Amino acid sequence: MEHTTALPSNPLTWLTTNLGRLALALVVPLVTFLGLWQGFIFLRDSDAPKWLVAIVAVVWGVGGAALLYFVSNWLVEQLSPAWVRRLQPFLFVGPAMLILAWFLAIPTLRTLYISLFNADSTAFVGLQNYVFVFTDPNMLNVFRNNLLWMVLGTSLTVFFGLIIAVLADRSRFESLAKSIIFMPMAISFVGAGVIWNFIYEVKDKGSPQIGLLNAIWVALGGEPQAWTALIPPPWNSLFLIVIVVWLQAGYAMVLFSAAIKGIPTEILEAARVDGANEWQVFADIMIPQIMGTIITVTTTVIIFTLKIFDVVWVMTGGQFGTSVIATEFYRQYFTNRDFGVGSAIAIVLFLAVIPVMIYNLRSFSEREAFS
Amino acid sequence: MTTPKIQKLLSALFVNGTLGLICLVWLIPTLGLFISSFRDRTDIQISGWWTVFPHLAWVKTGEIEIPADVDRTGVMEIGGVRGTFEEFRNGITTPDGKRLTWVGNRRLGRIEVQELRWTANTKFTLENYANVLTGKEYIIRNEAGDEQVIKGDDMGNAFLNSLIVAVPSTVIPILIAAFAAYGFAWMRFPGRRFMFIIVVALLVVPLQIALVPILRDYVALGLNGTFLAVWLAHTGFGLPLATYLLYNYISQLPRDILESAFIDGASHFTIFTRLIIPLSVPALASFAIFQFLWVWNDYLVALIFVGAKPDVQVITQRLAEIVGSRGSDWHLLTAGAFISMLLPLTVFFALQRFFVRGLLAGSIKG
Repeated sequence: MEHTTALPSNPLTWLTTNLGRLALALVVPLVTFLGLWQGFIFLRDSDAPKWLVAIVAVVWGVGGAALLYFVSNWLVEQLSPAWVRRLQPFLFVGPAMLILAWFLAIPTLRTLYISLFNADSTAFVGLQNYVFVFTDPNMLNVFRNNLLWMVLGTSLTVFFGLIIAVLADRSRFESLAKSIIFMPMAISFVGAGVIWNFIYEVKDKGSPQIGLLNAIWVALGGEPQAWTALIPPPWNSLFLIVIVVWLQAGYAMVLFSAAIKGIPTEILEAARVDGANEWQVFADIMIPQIMGTIITVTTTVIIFTLKIFDVVWVMTGGQFGTSVIATEFYRQYFTNRDFGVGSAIAIVLFLAVIPVMIYNLRSFSEREAFS
Repeated sequence: MTTPKIQKLLSALFVNGTLGLICLVWLIPTLGLFISSFRDRTDIQISGWWTVFPHLAWVKTGEIEIPADVDRTGVMEIGGVRGTFEEFRNGITTPDGKRLTWVGNRRLGRIEVQELRWTANTKFTLENYANVLTGKEYIIRNEAGDEQVIKGDDMGNAFLNSLIVAVPSTVIPILIAAFAAYGFAWMRFPGRRFMFIIVVALLVVPLQIALVPILRDYVALGLNGTFLAVWLAHTGFGLPLATYLLYNYISQLPRDILESAFIDGASHFTIFTRLIIPLSVPALASFAIFQFLWVWNDYLVALIFVGAKPDVQVITQRLAEIVGSRGSDWHLLTAGAFISMLLPLTVFFALQRFFVRGLLAGSIKG
């Protein structure tokens, strides 16, 4: 819409038009705000039936966000074209940046600040919390577990993802097989926890075992085991890692599968004509061709296992020596109410992802023609 | 048949065999849960779910009263075989292939005659689902005739809460991210590059680092335990990836479409709502599925910002709570877990194509 306000013929009309516009510019946001506020009060205090609240909540939340954009854009477009050009970009980008600042950027600094204070944030203690985090024997166990998660969890996920992608690529049942492997990605960690708890379920010796693993184990002549609890740590963590491999292999498979399909067929055919066997084709041609994807998947899964929380929390609550960084963070914060140590643990988690962050930034600035 | 043909056949056999085996291993955990959720609550506790498939098992075919005069502490002769109480307890095989097993305790027990037969436990019920959804109390009579009151669980409510949380938590970040992505892609303004670098940097930040400061803000604002609090949190945590993905897509749209719209006098806002949004539907759908699954399956964010308020709790919290407090009530857990998986699995299988596309676009390649 081109701005074509004609020059006012006399000062009085000019004044009334602009006063009218000013009044409108004040009333519209006010009405919007009041309407949204009423919705909020309704949602907070209402005893209406659940389904009604659900509908109001969804309409209010989604519609409210859209309305805010619409109204503020309308406001900006009341200004002169020069100001529209100057302000409109911030209307588009601003809300996202504000939310990112509130929810991620500033909290990082605040957590860093809290980590320099004692348990209830009343006295400055310097780096004492960090000394505790890196020397406490329990914390060292936690780091050992996390290392196990990152090494075993990641390598098993990448291994299975790759094997399945290669096999599926040669099978007639490709899409069926991929759907089956991929399906666990739609399942929550809590749901997966229930599924695997059921597999690990243990009954007294002599009673029929209803957990699949113990049923097999007993049939092979073993004693029923509490796999996630009574196996000495860190080996009981293995039974938790299996769950994450089961959940994440589908992700690795999808990426590898796409990468394999991207390899030009001529290269593979040329190698086969030259007498390379299938193993050589796989190891000497496919692997180097998809190295970029392997690195991507590995980094993603490493970050994922670094932050692992739900599975451990639901399966063992971090007991029996299975605690990892994220569960320890939760325990320090919400069970021990030790804000200092809790924040220090969160900062350690943050420091661990910094190399990846730098890598992302570097590849972004190399790739991007962002003027 | 020529040798290459045989080789090809063997190779196909190997490929499909290995793949089939892996798929079976991947499928069995979910299958076990699914089957168990339809089994009777006592059946689940006394036999494995795989017994619903035909298998050979000892089936009771008759009963023998134990004569009053036998010495139950010594060696007894019953039904043609001799043994102590402990031996009968484990079952003694008779010469004709039957088995005699002492059921019950030493004083009041009886002898069951069992035969090895093909059998399957095919008693299925929908009761578990009714119990876990409605939270009604129901009375059952156990074998001894005692009455037991068993409470179900109110998962229907939690399901609705999850929906209230998940829909806005999916749409709001997409809306905000789409505006931002358009701004980054098609507008020139000071600080543009710096702001986008922040988005890229925040892509991998663990959300744990933000939980506590935000919790403090929420407590100060009185937002804790409200749906708005959870929407905002999911919006904040999902925004970096959403902005990044949508920027990648929107910045690749052909420049001349926008330029001709500009020449026609359209404003940025009109171009965005009338042109960019419809053109970006594939990218929006990809991210929507991504974010919906992530929010629906989230546990940590809900745990911290919803907390213990039962009327606001989402389905993952409900399920985790049953695991914690009634961890061996498998009739509730199996049905509950399956209810929590129902919607994400449907979305997933219906829109798998978009989901895969989102995954591929979201991997930040070097």
